[in-house]
Amino acid sequence: MSAEPVLTISGLNVDYGTDAGAVHALRDIDLTLNRGEVLGLAGESGSGKSTLAYAVTRLLSPPGVITGGEVHYHRPGGDRVDILSLAPRRLRAFRWQELSIVFQGAMNSLNPVHTVHSQLTDVLAAHRPELRKRQRTERAVELLGLVGISADRLAAYPHQLSGGMRQRVMIAMALALEPEIVIMDEPTTALDVVMQRQILRRLVQLRRQLDFSVVFITHDISLLIEFSDRIAIMYGGRIVEQAGAAEIYRDPRHPYSDGLLHSFPALHGPRRELTGIPGSPPHLSAMPTGCAFHPRCGKAFDPCAGRVPLLAPPADGPGRAVACHLHS
Amino acid sequence: MTTSDHPGHAPSGTDVVLEARGVTKHFPLRRTARDLVARRRRSVHAVDDVSLRLRRGTVTALVGESGSGKSTVARLLAQLHPLTSGEIRLGGEPAVAGRGRSFRRYVRRVQLIFQDPFASLNPVHTVRYHLTRALKIHGRAGSGETELEQNLADLLNRVQLTPPQQFLDKFPHELSGGQRQRVAIARALGADPQVLLADEPVSMLDVSIRLGVLNLLRDLKERLHLAILYITHDIASARYFADTTLVMYAGRIVEGGDSERVTQHPAHPYTQLLIASAPDPDRVVAEEDQEETGTGEPPSLITPPAGCRFHPRCPKAMERCRTEPPPRFDLSDGQWAACWLYDGAAANGTEPVADPATAKEATR
Repeated sequence: MSAEPVLTISGLNVDYGTDAGAVHALRDIDLTLNRGEVLGLAGESGSGKSTLAYAVTRLLSPPGVITGGEVHYHRPGGDRVDILSLAPRRLRAFRWQELSIVFQGAMNSLNPVHTVHSQLTDVLAAHRPELRKRQRTERAVELLGLVGISADRLAAYPHQLSGGMRQRVMIAMALALEPEIVIMDEPTTALDVVMQRQILRRLVQLRRQLDFSVVFITHDISLLIEFSDRIAIMYGGRIVEQAGAAEIYRDPRHPYSDGLLHSFPALHGPRRELTGIPGSPPHLSAMPTGCAFHPRCGKAFDPCAGRVPLLAPPADGPGRAVACHLHS
Repeated sequence: MTTSDHPGHAPSGTDVVLEARGVTKHFPLRRTARDLVARRRRSVHAVDDVSLRLRRGTVTALVGESGSGKSTVARLLAQLHPLTSGEIRLGGEPAVAGRGRSFRRYVRRVQLIFQDPFASLNPVHTVRYHLTRALKIHGRAGSGETELEQNLADLLNRVQLTPPQQFLDKFPHELSGGQRQRVAIARALGADPQVLLADEPVSMLDVSIRLGVLNLLRDLKERLHLAILYITHDIASARYFADTTLVMYAGRIVEGGDSERVTQHPAHPYTQLLIASAPDPDRVVAEEDQEETGTGEPPSLITPPAGCRFHPRCPKAMERCRTEPPPRFDLSDGQWAACWLYDGAAANGTEPVADPATAKEATR
């Protein structure tokens, strides 16, 4: 895969609150999404993964504030767009047109008093005013077809659809304008495994067909390993490790990544000993000093409590990065 | 039926603590004008003809998707709903809990742990209050302050919240999710029960702390010889944590047996679909090239399909599946499946024990 970036995030910082009591939800995030890839973003609650999605799309609502950093979108032609300084009108055009987002819990994202038809065509009416009514409906049928829903469900209200269908409608809506980037925030967490696999399989096919890039956010690392090309693991508002999916699975470098991988029981193969991670994730308002993971880390040593480890390639592994004093 | 012996002729062994026989629960729907005109009463067939046994010192997993009726089974076993039909036996005796004192006598032996520790603890009360109340209700508070204090400390030690003094006077919001769930478990242990019914005990917790809670439950099973029913949607965790696994689909148990056996050699097409759908980092075949694992969704339980409830989605459905509900067919190694594929000689590679009389009996 050619490593042509489509979205670059550098030094992004997000706080909740601006006074002395502000908590740092994201610190110094550097992340690149390449064209055509699925980038997995893993982390537990409070790790900042959803905040990252909101910050990048500038949907962060107060008290969340972006206090520093840059987010750039790279058009296919090559020119860069600075997302954080887009004027409101340009931003509205940019969202959904170039970058769309599928939120967690479709039941809450669809408007219960409007039909699927009116919600799908609404997107088109707002962004493609030149389309006629009939063309909009045709496109809506086409979109539903993409996600495997028959056209007769167009007239349905969200409550008449199952959870899986609602989630697929959300995906159809996100693809309505053929964006370059789709951010999916826990798109299948509320669904059963059978439906989850159906939806993700469809998504993988669509990505091949329509050629977009995906940021896939979830806490389920075994799902990420299977479906993403590259994975970034977040802990306490920072990215602690970033590598190819297979590399993370075979050879995790950060003790937290290793702990996460040993928290999931495997369905096949020999029964591995599961260790889990002692303690619980830190609260944003009481972040440990130094490496945020050190109180739970079995390999913590002197510098861990004092200095924050920087995300850097380990000596023997170019192409990946880890933020751990063990590897610096 | 959860282990190898056959339900048809096995008397309730001494180690069977709690048993469900042909338990059925239909929740009536509110009648609409149309129902009145049609003179019909509709109901949700939440649980149909479920039989299972919980044994001392074993964990039995009940695996199913949301809406399969697995939580209803837990509530029925906890006697929170009256049964539509069937029987629940505790220690070999038929148990009907009713209300008041007899209910309390029942819950002293059978305790339920809920999914959401954020909702199951009262936010205005301390850990001490929650646990003291459980101890007092079940008459285990002891006499005097020091004994109570000792019992409280014992409970917290048992769920590895140590040192106990550090936790006793905390409010739920001061605890993490994992700690809260441990308090909920300690509260259940306050009754000194024989059976723990754990309804998705870890699904609301962060990934890295789930394992700690599961290990705690396993440890309690071993030390206190508890019979544990572990309800989950995650079949991989059933493999790791449970001795026997039952798979539920649309209100019926479709397969059961040793956890390793059921997860490695699933017999029922639904179990096979479930396992093929679970995330698996070791999957080598690219997603696009895989054969379709299955489509469709679970049926409506108001008008469940006739015959086998899985037949509308089943790739191997036969004519018979559409009309006759399959009984349990015993396979090798104590595994069984409610599927016509295993009727008599059709069972490939396994010994068919398809004596229809005993098989029918098993589902009763």
